[in-house]
Amino acid sequence: MKRIGFLSWALWFGYAFLYVPIVLLVVYSFNESRLVTVWGGFSTKWYGELMNNDALLSAAGLSLQVAAVSATLSVILGTCAGMAMSRFGRFRGRTLFGGLITAPLVMPEVITGLSLLLLFVAMEQLIGWPDGRGVTTITIAHTTFTASYVAVVVQSRLAGMDGSLEEAAMDLGARPAKVFFVITLPIIAPALVAGWLLAFTLSLDDVVVASFVSGPGSTTLPMVIFSSVKFGISPQINALATLMILLVAAGIFVASIVMTRQDRQRKRDEQMALQTG
Amino acid sequence: MRGAVSALAAVLGRLGLWGRGVVVAVPYLWLMLFFLVPFLIVFGISFSESVIAQPPYAPLVEWLTDEDAGTTKLQLLLNLTNYLRLTGDDLYILAYLNSVKIALVTTLLCLFIGYPMAYAIAKAPPARRGPLMMLVILPFWTSFLIRIYAWIGILKGNGVVSNLLEWAGITSGPVEILYSDWAVYIGMSYCYLPFMVLPLYSTLEKMDPTLLEAAADLGCRPFKAFLTVTLPLSIPGIVAGSLLVFIPSVGEFVTPELLGGPDTLMIGRVLWNEFFANRDWPVASAVAIALLLVLVVPIMIFQYVQAREAEER
Amino acid sequence: MAGQPIRKPTRLEPWQDAGQTPYVRIEKVTKTFGDFVAVDEVSLSIYRNEFFALLGGSGSGKTTLLRMLAGFEQPTEGRIFIDGVDMAGIPPYERPVNMMFQSYALFPHMSVEQNVAFGLKQDNVPKAEIRDRVEEMLGMVQLSAFGKRRPHQLSGGQRQRVALARSLVKRPKLLLLDEPLGALDKKLREKTQFELVNIQEKLGVTFIVVTHDQEEAMTMSSRIAVMNHGVIAQVGTPTEIYEYPHNRFVAEFIGSINMFEGRVVEATADHVLVASEEAGCELHISHATPAPAGSPVAVAIRPEKIALSKEPPPSGADGTPARNATKGIVREIAYLGDVSIYLVQLPTGKTVRVTAPNVTRRTEMPITWEDEVYLSWRPFAGVVLAQ
Repeated sequence: MKRIGFLSWALWFGYAFLYVPIVLLVVYSFNESRLVTVWGGFSTKWYGELMNNDALLSAAGLSLQVAAVSATLSVILGTCAGMAMSRFGRFRGRTLFGGLITAPLVMPEVITGLSLLLLFVAMEQLIGWPDGRGVTTITIAHTTFTASYVAVVVQSRLAGMDGSLEEAAMDLGARPAKVFFVITLPIIAPALVAGWLLAFTLSLDDVVVASFVSGPGSTTLPMVIFSSVKFGISPQINALATLMILLVAAGIFVASIVMTRQDRQRKRDEQMALQTG
Repeated sequence: MRGAVSALAAVLGRLGLWGRGVVVAVPYLWLMLFFLVPFLIVFGISFSESVIAQPPYAPLVEWLTDEDAGTTKLQLLLNLTNYLRLTGDDLYILAYLNSVKIALVTTLLCLFIGYPMAYAIAKAPPARRGPLMMLVILPFWTSFLIRIYAWIGILKGNGVVSNLLEWAGITSGPVEILYSDWAVYIGMSYCYLPFMVLPLYSTLEKMDPTLLEAAADLGCRPFKAFLTVTLPLSIPGIVAGSLLVFIPSVGEFVTPELLGGPDTLMIGRVLWNEFFANRDWPVASAVAIALLLVLVVPIMIFQYVQAREAEER
Repeated sequence: MAGQPIRKPTRLEPWQDAGQTPYVRIEKVTKTFGDFVAVDEVSLSIYRNEFFALLGGSGSGKTTLLRMLAGFEQPTEGRIFIDGVDMAGIPPYERPVNMMFQSYALFPHMSVEQNVAFGLKQDNVPKAEIRDRVEEMLGMVQLSAFGKRRPHQLSGGQRQRVALARSLVKRPKLLLLDEPLGALDKKLREKTQFELVNIQEKLGVTFIVVTHDQEEAMTMSSRIAVMNHGVIAQVGTPTEIYEYPHNRFVAEFIGSINMFEGRVVEATADHVLVASEEAGCELHISHATPAPAGSPVAVAIRPEKIALSKEPPPSGADGTPARNATKGIVREIAYLGDVSIYLVQLPTGKTVRVTAPNVTRRTEMPITWEDEVYLSWRPFAGVVLAQ
């Protein structure tokens, strides 16, 4: 009994550690006072100011655009990479390929950012493209490091998928490309959605790589947050954070409802299967 | 939609093996161009010299024309000064050592907080495990930057922790935890905790519960059974989780920049300053290469562990 | 476990007819994965309408052989002909062969109907015809009412039947089945065995079944190839495999058997005499063996072919010790209901396994533990296996 007590104590401590800061963040976004340490009464004025902060809003627009495009590109690249790693058996250069996929996962952001910037500068010198730094270079950079995450997610989904499904389709006369589009893709679709969301979040979160490869006039939302946070607390950032948390929470809430419903449906189906056995 | 898909499939199908080649080649070339080649460039520039120009480094390779002899020579200049500076200046060595120290402390903190959590979740009834794990991963989906920001308000003088301590009578007057190494430890373990819990949970959850029953049946007390059965069997999870926390921690920039004091030296900050403040690209490159050297061994262990796990599956 | 073939004795035996051309011809096929030899120079001929079983333990190469027929693996060496066509380089989607997978491999995102229709769609069969043929197949496997369901809404037995319907809907000349009954429970398995045989006879399709279950192979197939370490140990009808094993592996793999080591004393065209110290008597076998006199052999005798009695069997007229008769002490009796298994220890230390039907009730059984009993068998019971 004593051990169970210790364990649940540890569990609650962990959750408190994870969530108390977030809760405080949200609470202080409704603080009338500019000082975070003093509660000056309930107010939503920081949300109003946020809505009038044009620099911040345009940065948010840019970030969303970059995140959407790079997440889409990285799903395409990551799916190809995941397929190659888990379905093509041995091919020449597979070891290097595997290394190239997993290395960006653990690469410090400062190195990724610096090296990509140096590449873009060198390319501009050599072939004149990309012309300066901006949305394009940030998108390429984000695609590069998020594609690895997608590849890992897709690869693990493919590893969990019964490979004989694809063989069965081929046995019934479907060519490899058709097998991929008609069998594999629908079955791994949840992993692609998860991969896209992961890539989107990572892109929306990145400040280091973007700082290296962005140019004048292409400031992303995290860059704006970072520079304003460096000069201390700003209740506007609390308000922004609250909105982002709300968005994520809503997304997760919807996802969990859908999942619960599917789960219940599946249980009902299994029941039905047993009865008609 | 369906028609379009099958038309696309038909075209790709006619390409046959070539289509397979494309599937490998596209991500391969992308990663070569935007991941491997940049490294080679960083490596090259780390041997270059800083100049006031656009871009601010001297070319490595130069055509030298000797007008008297009428010949042209290709000259490759390899400049080791940047690396000599790294080894010669205490600042860099201290930054490296401090980065490793901070990463180690962060890893240990994550392990101490994360192991009991992972263990408790793995022991919970199966229906509750999913939601409990979900709660661990959830913060990961909110912005990293915002989570660090949350700690500023908590740790600063007159902040939540300071007020709590004062209220409890432990301290008199405000306590400034922010802008110190401890703030960095807390912030980093906060951000990386899910990376520790996740692999730990997956090893602990896979463990056969009858092993502990067998140990108990053979007369082993619960705590001893934990030490002699559970702990050794969870080593793969401990290794994977520790590496997942340690590797990115060493190169971390945002947390020490926001939570650390001016004397919280970390190699990521040094690199950033060399690049943005000093505009010394060659030294920044040399710092990057040196950072990579520090990380090569843990990264290789990580890749090995990953590959072995993939094979087992 | 004497498997009784349920096939009618009048059925075709094309492998006996030299004029027949085999439908599937496997010629010296070898498959290696790295250093591991999965299939080692296997040659086989399988005829039209056969129900052919590849029987072996795990790692015997049976599944690899099947996958090479389907086209999922390419032979490292050797050739495969189906209906006279060399299959080298022909991808699975162009082979006149269908396969039923061990996991059934039903597409989880498609209904039962869509699963069955999938193969026909790939051949661009007109929609109306697809509908008719799917309906017909579902009728045959008694799943007409389940067409709209998804695979996870079906029981194991129903899934198995969907998989069968899907693999038969293209009317392949050759159907490959990988452990078709492996995932079913014992009761259902027995029932399904008969169904499979009936469907095969009705449609006139050649079946090649991979199985590790000897009982399954014995009951269903016209011929069995027993595989071991990538090599075919023996090919024959179930009766041949059981009654006349060619080697120790087959003898011991199928059912249980007693082995007596000995030396050939006399070898003629119609019988063999083997002296065996282990058996404690001279063994008389009423068939010829290529082993010459003096060579070491083993004599295999099935437990059910040995008679147990408390009285000594009649000895030779001239007073010489009886052939095919020895005595020992009953050490163990296992009562299985219909039969009992007796483990009898001979004076030489050898333990002999004997099964006898329980004609009388157990309480009245004449033989019990530690009884001295006589064992005897007829000359046709033994099989001589060369070393």
